[in-house]
Amino acid sequence: MKMRKVAIVGAGLTKFVRRALETPKELSYEATKTALDSCGLRLEDIDCVAHGTAPDAFDGIHQNGEYMVDGCGGWNKPTMRVYVGGATGVHAIVHGWHHVASGMFDTCLVVCEEKMSSAMPHAQGFFLTIFDAITERALHPNLLWIFALEMNRYMNRYGYTKEDMALAAVNNKMNGLKHPASQFRDEVTVEDVLNSEIMAYPVSRLDVSPVSDGAAAVVLAAEPVARRITDKPVWIEGVGWTLDTAYWATRDLYYPRYLDTAARMAYDMAGIREPAKQINIAEPYDPFDYKALHHMEGLQLSPRGKTVELLRDGHFARDGNLPMCPSGGLLGVGNPIAAAGTMKVCELFWQLRGEADERQVPGNPRLGVAQAWGDLMQVSSVVVVGI
Amino acid sequence: MQDKVKVSGGTGLSEEDIRSGKIFLTEDSLDCAFAWDTGVAITRYLNELKKGKIIASECRECSRIMLPPRMFCELCFRPSGDWVYVQDTGTVNTFSICHVHWDASRIKEGEKPYLPAVIEIDGASSGMGIMHLLGEVEPDAIKIGMKVKAVWKPEDERTGAITDIKYFKPL
Repeated sequence: MKMRKVAIVGAGLTKFVRRALETPKELSYEATKTALDSCGLRLEDIDCVAHGTAPDAFDGIHQNGEYMVDGCGGWNKPTMRVYVGGATGVHAIVHGWHHVASGMFDTCLVVCEEKMSSAMPHAQGFFLTIFDAITERALHPNLLWIFALEMNRYMNRYGYTKEDMALAAVNNKMNGLKHPASQFRDEVTVEDVLNSEIMAYPVSRLDVSPVSDGAAAVVLAAEPVARRITDKPVWIEGVGWTLDTAYWATRDLYYPRYLDTAARMAYDMAGIREPAKQINIAEPYDPFDYKALHHMEGLQLSPRGKTVELLRDGHFARDGNLPMCPSGGLLGVGNPIAAAGTMKVCELFWQLRGEADERQVPGNPRLGVAQAWGDLMQVSSVVVVGI
Repeated sequence: MQDKVKVSGGTGLSEEDIRSGKIFLTEDSLDCAFAWDTGVAITRYLNELKKGKIIASECRECSRIMLPPRMFCELCFRPSGDWVYVQDTGTVNTFSICHVHWDASRIKEGEKPYLPAVIEIDGASSGMGIMHLLGEVEPDAIKIGMKVKAVWKPEDERTGAITDIKYFKPL
């Protein structure tokens, strides 16, 4: 099949905050309008909308995608919601890419939003319903359980320590201080992470990203259209995604098999043979600090079990060989679930165009990868972008 | 073109804004209930739990002994074959010591932390784990690789649920 080249031509974010005054629709509007303004387009220039938002339960509105259509500029346009848990934010970009690469549409708005603060007393409670209704939910699990189980297995497999994991938290949180949308303003040390309240051993308070409200949007365009809109298009070079089994306890948790497959799919499409050498910037999904490292391995950007060594050597620092989460990631900017993944793609867009201000990675980066992950540790989406 | 405009909106509220009534809020709560059909495979699984036994199903194609049991093998995509009883012992693949309830509220002082674990059950295919809880063990003493055994509820208290196993204790 002949596919058209697709570029990202504009991007916009809202601030990520603990509790937003704006409604989900209003947040979506702010990000969408900012993205359109960034490339000088108006809504009538947009052919279709790919929309992402996480569980309906957060907003208390069933079929929330349909309800949200106005905020994301989808009124009377071919609009469809994509939802694959935490992977939504990157998967919505894949979804939009399909629309444009197929030749069906010339432009596509990708809008992802999450308002987690409406769910009382805590959004976490609503995640009880993602577990198997009969064989697991009766145990009253929460998401921290399964991430703590995975983190413990990962650390145990390679002999990583809590301090090793804290290093990743510090890397991302310190990067996030420079991000204009970040909900954090305080510096964090390894000691702070180690001394923070234990939630579910080995997960402590600062090992985990916060709950957030926020939205993110990008504008996609087919090649000839993109070149008319901007002289600095950022091309989507490859996409990949996988869903692993929901029998999550039946596989070994130290390695993200779902991501291995998705990453190889995206790299093959982008013609990348040696990702660790060719990729200039990585935005692995990091709702927990160990997860950034776990995903660097799944993305084939770091040899299994050697990732902490590289982190300590500065390999993943902003000025290192392969900067990890120069945006700050979910740990450093915030985690409005679906919007967080799209925020990572926005970051690559600005980084590759040299527009990342204080966060700019040196050395004219040309190729970046963003990834998101979700559900019962089973789904991942990957997007490779380049200039 | 407004290249520099990258962030707009996202007006953060403080606890004080909420408490002082500066912000208008409206509240609503749902009261929904579900009654699930447990299906063919899980019905058998739950019936056997009630008898104090753990049952798995075997794939005719790849010979995996699958737990929880299922009517089809998701790898081979064929109907599964025989039912196979497995042990009520296993190995801790990984564990956590959790200080928050399911709704993220903190456990109270003196309340014991939850001890969730992935337990690979003896007799099922390698790596076939289930999520359950550990008990009769100090949190500090739990190790990955530890052998454990199910502690069952008394027979007359079993209802045909995963909670018919109270927890797994060190063997």
